[in-house]
Amino acid sequence: MNSSLNLWLIPILPLAGAAINGFLGKKSSRQAVTTVALFFSGAAFAMALWVALRFSSLTLPYHEYLAHWIRSGSFSADFAFYLDQLSLVMLLVVTGVGFLIHIYSVGYMWDDPSYYRFFSYLNLFMFFMLTLVLANNYLVMFIGWEGVGLASYLLIGFWFTKDSAASAGKKAFIVNRIGDFGFLIALFLLIRHFGSLTFDQVFQSITPMSPETAGTGLLTAIGILLMVGACGKSAQIPLYIWLPDAMEGPTPVSALIHAATMVTAGVYMVARSHVIFERAPTALTVVAIIGTLTAFFAATIGIAQTDIKKVLAYSTVSQLGYMFVACGVGAFSAGIFHLMTHAFFKGLLFLAAGSVIHAVGGEQDMRKMGGLKSFIPWTFLTMGIATLAIAGIPPLAGFWSKDEILWKAYQVSWVYWLIGLITAFITSFYMFRLLYMTFFGDYHGVQVDTHGHGHDAHGHGEPHESPMVMLVPLMILAALSLVGGLVGIGDRFEHFLAPVFGATDAVEGASHGTEVLLMGVSVAVALSGWWLAYLLYYKRPELPQKIADALGGFYQTVVHKYYVDEIYAAVFVKPLIDGSTRILWQDVDRKIIDAAVNDAGDGARHVSDEARHMQSGNIRSYAGWIAAGSAVVIAFMIWMGVR
Amino acid sequence: MVQSYVPLSYYLLLSGFLFACGVVGFLIKRNIITIFMSIELMLNGVNLSFVAFAAHWHALAGQVFVFFVMVVAAAEAAVGLAIIIAVYRTRETLNVDQVNLLKL
Repeated sequence: MNSSLNLWLIPILPLAGAAINGFLGKKSSRQAVTTVALFFSGAAFAMALWVALRFSSLTLPYHEYLAHWIRSGSFSADFAFYLDQLSLVMLLVVTGVGFLIHIYSVGYMWDDPSYYRFFSYLNLFMFFMLTLVLANNYLVMFIGWEGVGLASYLLIGFWFTKDSAASAGKKAFIVNRIGDFGFLIALFLLIRHFGSLTFDQVFQSITPMSPETAGTGLLTAIGILLMVGACGKSAQIPLYIWLPDAMEGPTPVSALIHAATMVTAGVYMVARSHVIFERAPTALTVVAIIGTLTAFFAATIGIAQTDIKKVLAYSTVSQLGYMFVACGVGAFSAGIFHLMTHAFFKGLLFLAAGSVIHAVGGEQDMRKMGGLKSFIPWTFLTMGIATLAIAGIPPLAGFWSKDEILWKAYQVSWVYWLIGLITAFITSFYMFRLLYMTFFGDYHGVQVDTHGHGHDAHGHGEPHESPMVMLVPLMILAALSLVGGLVGIGDRFEHFLAPVFGATDAVEGASHGTEVLLMGVSVAVALSGWWLAYLLYYKRPELPQKIADALGGFYQTVVHKYYVDEIYAAVFVKPLIDGSTRILWQDVDRKIIDAAVNDAGDGARHVSDEARHMQSGNIRSYAGWIAAGSAVVIAFMIWMGVR
Repeated sequence: MVQSYVPLSYYLLLSGFLFACGVVGFLIKRNIITIFMSIELMLNGVNLSFVAFAAHWHALAGQVFVFFVMVVAAAEAAVGLAIIIAVYRTRETLNVDQVNLLKL
């Protein structure tokens, strides 16, 4: 029997921090705000670590019941938490990476006038994310799900006086809402057919069911709808468009929400629902195809971007695609493994990018950087490690997880593997391109002060290294990126998660050679991507322009992100706005609804205008009316009698 | 029961004549007192037909109704005369055509 872990403290702590900073922060000093924010997020991390330490002595899964929420007929949903190996991994990632980013933000946001507001939102975000990963039913998960949407809206639009930031926040919120719609319908289906949203109960009723072979069915529908939700939150095709725009937020936000934690909510949800997906092969295929396409598609866009954060944004989308490929081929633990390593190196990449932006006074265009490695050596070092990690160079974190995914994908279909491999090549190329453009060559950023990129454009001539409070999180994350993948050696990570996902027997004794061969191929691919970037952006920096010119229209298409935003604007947004303006507003509202109300009023007035003449005040005319009326009544009665 | 030597139709004709007189007076006269008296005439015309029917059918209900009508008429007379006096005090006329402002 477990003694109570008091899991509820883990989400409540950041919430308390958010409340204190949100309500009192305006009047407090920056030091006080910092103390509160770091204390509460750090305490949550400490709690998570404490839980992790006691983990081996627990009987799992561990349930913690807090309160009734909804009781309606046979349906019930409670505020209750759930802890198993999967939630533990998520818990550590969210609190750990989240805490590091909190520390980093102290340095990054120090000069911002809304310092307290930033930390309040950041803590609020952690609260919702922790609720999401600790939920024991879909409904509580949905609270967290919507909550992180809200928090991301607040944080993306943090500099809301800037038009682009405000609309980016709105875009993220609205696009997410489309996905949430799918998620909600999936929940309704679950309630309708299983009468419960509690993970245990739902999965218990589903487990005896056999996989749906005909390609369609209830579980397939639920699976695909859940995937629609995941597409929104985890920025997959066709709902990925909000994430690149979300880079309008402060860089630590990009790191926390749009790299390390929030976007992984979709992956987590799919992995959590693996029982459903395993019995719906069609839904799994959909997941795998969406993941593959997204991974490849986003990576190609990443090649042509010149904004340092946009490159990372598309790289995030692409890496999330990998995670969905993993889920889609049934290798949920590989997906979660990549989620974890990705949180390390992508968090690091964003934070390092923030440090770069900080160093050059708010500039984000890589063409105006270059040669920064001598100015900001620590940032360069850590970012280099992250780049090696994401490119999949062994023995860094990204190599192990990505390779695991490619290997699992290969076992299902070589198509996934091939596209994944090409994507790995592109990933390696654009990441080293970023590295070379930013840190090597000559410094192009002479006019650092003229660019109004807002908050941290404090006048300084030369790029300068960030303060310690920003560098330490970078170093810790760099260390994690270096060694984080090692937990996956020998399928240890997979075995750790086996109680959740079911044991996958190590049948591939004979194919071990293939695995090593594929591993070699992917390393070769990563290295060749590196080599190409080295060639194009270091040895012959004039070449890329020539290639771009030679490609002409195609290059322009890629630069403009395949015009997806424009297509969506033309296909969905414009018809909606036009339809609302012309049909709903001008026709339906003004010509029908308003007209009906106005005409009713006018009609009543006209009729009354006429009728009021009867009310003359002349007693004899009244008498005449009465007499006439009586005469009519009498005539009627006589007529009735005669008839 | 005393045999009635006057037939019912005579009573009814008289009653109708009285009622018609009341209606005509009500419609054509301008003096409010006359109008008031015309109303009383109509009431009493109706009363006459009530008692005539009551006597003819040997039913008590008609007689009782007449009492009710008389009570109402008395009450009406009290209120109506009071109003007439009030009107006369402010307007100094009893011509209904000059009392058409719907207020005192």
